[in-house]
Amino acid sequence: MKILVSVKRAIDYNVRIQVAPDGSGVVKNGVKHSMNPFDEIAVEQAIRWKEDGTATEVVAVAIGDDAVAEQLRTAVAFGCDRAIHVKTDDEVQPLTAARVFKALAERESPDMFLMGKQAIDDDANQTGQMTAAKLNWPQATFASKIELADGKAEVTREIDTGLETLSVDLPAVVTVDLRLNEPRYLKLPNIMKAKKKPIEALAFDELDVAAATPIKTVTTKAPPKRAGGIMVETVDELVAKLKEKSLI
Amino acid sequence: MSDIERDVMTYDVIVVGAGPAGLATAMRLKQNAPDKEVCVLEKASEVGAQNLAGAVIETGPLDTLVPNWREDPPDICVDVTGDEFWMLKKDGATRMPTPPQQNNHGNVVVSLANMMAWLAPKAEELGVEIYPGFSAAEALFDDNGAVKGVRTPDMGIARDGTLKGTYEPGIEIHAPITIFAEGCRGHCTKQLVKRFELDTDCDPQTYAIGLKELWKVPPERSQPGLVQHTIGWPLENDIYGGSFIYHLTEDRIALGFVVGLDYADPRFEPFEAFQQWKHHPKIRALIEDGEIISAGARALVEGGWQSLPKLEMPGALIVGDAGGTLNVPKIKGIHTAMASGILAADHLCEAGAVDGFDAALRASEVGSELKKVRNIRPGFLRGKWAGLANAAWETVTAGHSPWTLHNHADWRATEKLAAVENQPTPAQANDWQTSRDLAPRDRLASVYFAQTEHDENQPVHLQILEPDICVSRCTQEYGNPCTRFCPANVYEMVDNDAGEKELHINAANCVHCKTCDIKDPYQIINWVTPEGGSGPNYTNL
Ligand SMILES: Cc1cc2nc3c(=O)[nH]c(=O)nc-3n(C[C@H](O)[C@H](O)[C@H](O)COP(=O)(O)OP(=O)(O)OC[C@H]3O[C@@H](n4cnc5c(N)ncnc54)[C@H](O)[C@@H]3O)c2cc1C
Ligand code: SF4
Repeated sequence: MKILVSVKRAIDYNVRIQVAPDGSGVVKNGVKHSMNPFDEIAVEQAIRWKEDGTATEVVAVAIGDDAVAEQLRTAVAFGCDRAIHVKTDDEVQPLTAARVFKALAERESPDMFLMGKQAIDDDANQTGQMTAAKLNWPQATFASKIELADGKAEVTREIDTGLETLSVDLPAVVTVDLRLNEPRYLKLPNIMKAKKKPIEALAFDELDVAAATPIKTVTTKAPPKRAGGIMVETVDELVAKLKEKSLI
Repeated sequence: MSDIERDVMTYDVIVVGAGPAGLATAMRLKQNAPDKEVCVLEKASEVGAQNLAGAVIETGPLDTLVPNWREDPPDICVDVTGDEFWMLKKDGATRMPTPPQQNNHGNVVVSLANMMAWLAPKAEELGVEIYPGFSAAEALFDDNGAVKGVRTPDMGIARDGTLKGTYEPGIEIHAPITIFAEGCRGHCTKQLVKRFELDTDCDPQTYAIGLKELWKVPPERSQPGLVQHTIGWPLENDIYGGSFIYHLTEDRIALGFVVGLDYADPRFEPFEAFQQWKHHPKIRALIEDGEIISAGARALVEGGWQSLPKLEMPGALIVGDAGGTLNVPKIKGIHTAMASGILAADHLCEAGAVDGFDAALRASEVGSELKKVRNIRPGFLRGKWAGLANAAWETVTAGHSPWTLHNHADWRATEKLAAVENQPTPAQANDWQTSRDLAPRDRLASVYFAQTEHDENQPVHLQILEPDICVSRCTQEYGNPCTRFCPANVYEMVDNDAGEKELHINAANCVHCKTCDIKDPYQIINWVTPEGGSGPNYTNL
């Protein structure tokens, strides 16, 4: 079985996000980035399958500027066999990503496209679904358990009312949730080796995909500051204050 | 745990720490001998994420390493446009002549965190292999007792010592030469100094704690390139300390406060002194209505020339502040740390062995720079005015005094509560404000701006060697000063179920400043490396 797994470079979850002074977005310069944690879980799953013999080849794919190579190397250090970097300096929105992933799936013909359920930067939660639609493949999202048998994947999903189990034919797009696994610590020798592995670079036009993003960000603003609370001494004072603000 | 099977990797040279000293060493090694394999380990998750300084730097060593660096400078890099030195009273400020050591004409203001992140790819271009997220947990020795490399920490061990599903043993990295560039109070360096008795011929090392915040201020308040220092309030009496205010571009101002860890009163709280200082009318006017962006703390070495341990041992060298190359009157250690790294690389290239490096460093410009100012800091042991007078003498005579004043270990300077009980607290003596309103509210709120992170379920990396002392003796004798000098509120005395006091260690908040390891009056706190990549994630500090 061959698996493609997508990897996104996102601002690290520890970073305190700041809005850029000109409102064009958030401050990314000089800010720590790492692999989207849900993608890390997807990579971990693919590698576990490779280690137990279920998967024969795992290919990590990413879209973005030169810096993205760092996250692809991390994926290779996890144990991915190859890495493909689709290069662009522009912002990549879910629809563009889905178009690229469709093109890559057609080139690589995997049995499964594993992705994080969403990226922690824009929290869009759309790319997996759009990729499946574009490919006309079945999809199973929010996987917390995946079992493979007879050309099918049985996927347990976390939904509001509990757990739901789906069976999808392969090839399929599967997006993973937090509880699927706990990613491993990378071994230093594997990181060292990953540094030396080549990464295949592709341009948008080699894949016949238009880079243009259909949605423009007009402005980004921080949420308004909360006005400080006040302390009241007595219940009467509380009632008076609430009345004053016409809240009761 | 010695029976664990560990992977072994081999390099020509290992450098521990990707700070100014470590990166300079590694870059220069590659420039001298491109085919040598050089590996740099860094405990932070990214290069720069745990480097914190003012920082006004002298650029000489950087010019040597990267001659054309000004064509592509770090993001934060402003030429110094002016120097001011102020003496503060509680509600006033008097401009004083700038001491000659603090004349910064020709220097640049940078953020050390940002500069290291900028320098790392340049080192990688030279072929240096840098591994952030991997620290040196301990040095390793060969059968003859020489250093043969280091071991990285084990990952995936639970707080109670059991192995988690993700357990991954650390690996051994071997090399004929290991260079320790861990910065102030290096964790491996501390062990090596003891093992090889590197400090028998010098005074004890002395330290200060530096606290820093980066603020975004309303337009027109920052005057890029202006360098200001203050002394006086909120430390008007015996405590050695002062502040820096470095004005950056884009309405940013770096604020910091440095306090000598030789303070005597165990009731003193360095973090509170820093916050009080920010509320001085002169400082407040700069930052009020602004926004704090990041915050952090780091100890710095102050011992200088007379506290410099021997910097070589079989199989290894010590460079930068791990040894203590900082020039205290200038409060600058970046240029000397880098210069010591360059010197180490040149020495290894020429001599082919570690022997002779210690003498070479002492005979170098770094050595003479430190020697010249050696008496200035210890002169402040007798208070601020005596110190200033002594500093003037030492400056006029260019350090030619026939004597060398001695340093004493900071932890010994701490008085017992009984000795200070009848004196006003530092807060009372300096008439500190009782309420403050500028962020951060307290140490916990400050830690949030350091973006520090440790997996809670790992062994506590602050080892208390004799836990009984904390409750039995320390509470009575010193009143548990760890609960006050730690800038991150890691130590707390809490009531346990039996209604007794107990020391609670919030290790996840630690910002790796190393103050506790230094100032604890019983020397029973041992800072060890947590899982790789843990700790603060500074942006632009
Ligand atoms: C508040 C403050 C203000 C300062 N202002 C100035 C200034 O304006 N100008 C100036 O020139 N100097 C200034 N300094 C001093 C300056 O920061 C130091 O002298 C300088 O950083 C020393 O460089 P170093 O490489 O020796 O150590 P560090 O900069 O401390 O670097 C050591 C590196 O090693 C890593 N490390 C440590 N232990 C391990 C381990 N076991 N394994 C792996 N990695 C490890 C650390 O994470 C760090 O990255 C200031 C310091 C402080 C605290
Ligand atoms: S626990 Fe020690 S090293 Fe950590 S922040 Fe507190 S004083 Fe600094």
